[in-house]
Amino acid sequence: MPNSKYLIFLGCSIPYRVSAYEISARKVLAKLGVELVEMPEFNCCGLPLDPVSHETMLILAARNLALAEQQGLPILTLCPGCAGTLKKVDKILKEDKVLREQINGHLKESGLEYKGTVTTKHILQLFKEDVGIDNVRKAVVKPLTMLKVAEHNGCHILRPKEYIGFDDPEDPQTLKALIEATGATCLDYIDETECCGAPSVGVSDKVALQLAKDKLSHVKQADAMALITICPFCHIMYDTNELRIEKMFNEVYGIPILHYPQLLGLALGMTPEELAFNELRVNTSKLLKQVNEGAK
Amino acid sequence: MAENAAPVVKDEMKEPIRASEINPKFKYELIKLHGSEKLLKCFQCGTCTSDCPVARYSDTYRPRTILRMATLGLKDRVLKSETLWLCAACFTCTDRCPQDVEVASVIRVLRNLAAEEGIVPQVFKDQCASVLESGYAFKIPDLRIKKRETIGLPPLPKGNPESVRRSLNGVPFMKHFEKKGDCDAKQ
Repeated sequence: MPNSKYLIFLGCSIPYRVSAYEISARKVLAKLGVELVEMPEFNCCGLPLDPVSHETMLILAARNLALAEQQGLPILTLCPGCAGTLKKVDKILKEDKVLREQINGHLKESGLEYKGTVTTKHILQLFKEDVGIDNVRKAVVKPLTMLKVAEHNGCHILRPKEYIGFDDPEDPQTLKALIEATGATCLDYIDETECCGAPSVGVSDKVALQLAKDKLSHVKQADAMALITICPFCHIMYDTNELRIEKMFNEVYGIPILHYPQLLGLALGMTPEELAFNELRVNTSKLLKQVNEGAK
Repeated sequence: MAENAAPVVKDEMKEPIRASEINPKFKYELIKLHGSEKLLKCFQCGTCTSDCPVARYSDTYRPRTILRMATLGLKDRVLKSETLWLCAACFTCTDRCPQDVEVASVIRVLRNLAAEEGIVPQVFKDQCASVLESGYAFKIPDLRIKKRETIGLPPLPKGNPESVRRSLNGVPFMKHFEKKGDCDAKQ
């Protein structure tokens, strides 16, 4: 593995309310030999403020990149929004020298400078490029062949392709391959690459919940036993809102929403307790029973 | 269900257009801004709207309409439009536009201009206030930070909001958060 030491960039939503993702990701990465160093003094990646001030987003992202440069280590994120933003800003500032000087003028106020010497990866890209999907498969001790699940990539790990570019936004393969590496089957369903709706929460809850409802219906139609996510916002959108959506639209889904490292962790022989399954809202007992019975 | 959009709900395209509200130079202002450089290449094919997941559920949000309003020069109308804030920034329109217009970024540019004038949904004001106060977009409760140890997580690295605020000095949008230490938006 060429790069096995990363600065971990947590972003805001994960420490705020998605600890199961962080706990399971840290455990799985440790097992696969990836060393994580805590990133000091980081701030919001900038993405949430892009709608109101592009310049603010650029400065916040560049500040994070400059801090990572001081450590001399590449950045690893668990949130696709953070990864997408840091990658995009790195590319923009590398290509536009005038803008870089302007942004560095701001960073100088706090003694920092962006030089463009570190790369950023999302955990999915790290699994694919650093660990390698074959090595993930080889590390599996408890193949999850009894499970049929669906994946939800979300938007910012795929689009805009110009800045993210490690998977095909129209027909993404990485997460599917990583799910299949655990032994589970990854099912296809309608509108797989569509948005979960989370960014519309707070502006129009109606639109947001209808988007999530349609996704859950399609996942249910495919007979998936769980939905696997790699984004804290998508996870909140489905896991936190599933019961609300069921009530609102008079539907029954009962689909557990797992963070990918939780699924992988099970296949690596870790227990649901170690992987913080208790932090999930949608009941996972039926799913875990199927895992246990299938393993016998 | 409660909709908490800030400005008034209105279908802008159904309102008659008066010549006096057209600003013919607006599009030239826009193409100078990062993200909307290719706006004039839009030929109104509608790929953006037909592929938009939000447009499917909203009666009013149509990215094609927003771009048309912008190129027509309906500056006030588009900047005051509540539909502007419905974009989920999924970037499907940007990736699929046959003319390579960065549709989602054009919408972001328009939102930025609206925000500079103080037209911003509350959710964004709250996140900005939180970044200025703590460095993070959400106020992470102390209890959460303490809980990390009990669930086996390393301490959350201490932020440096003072340094973040210094870096953001002089950014036009920050005028809405001017008073030092006071993170409530003026609006």
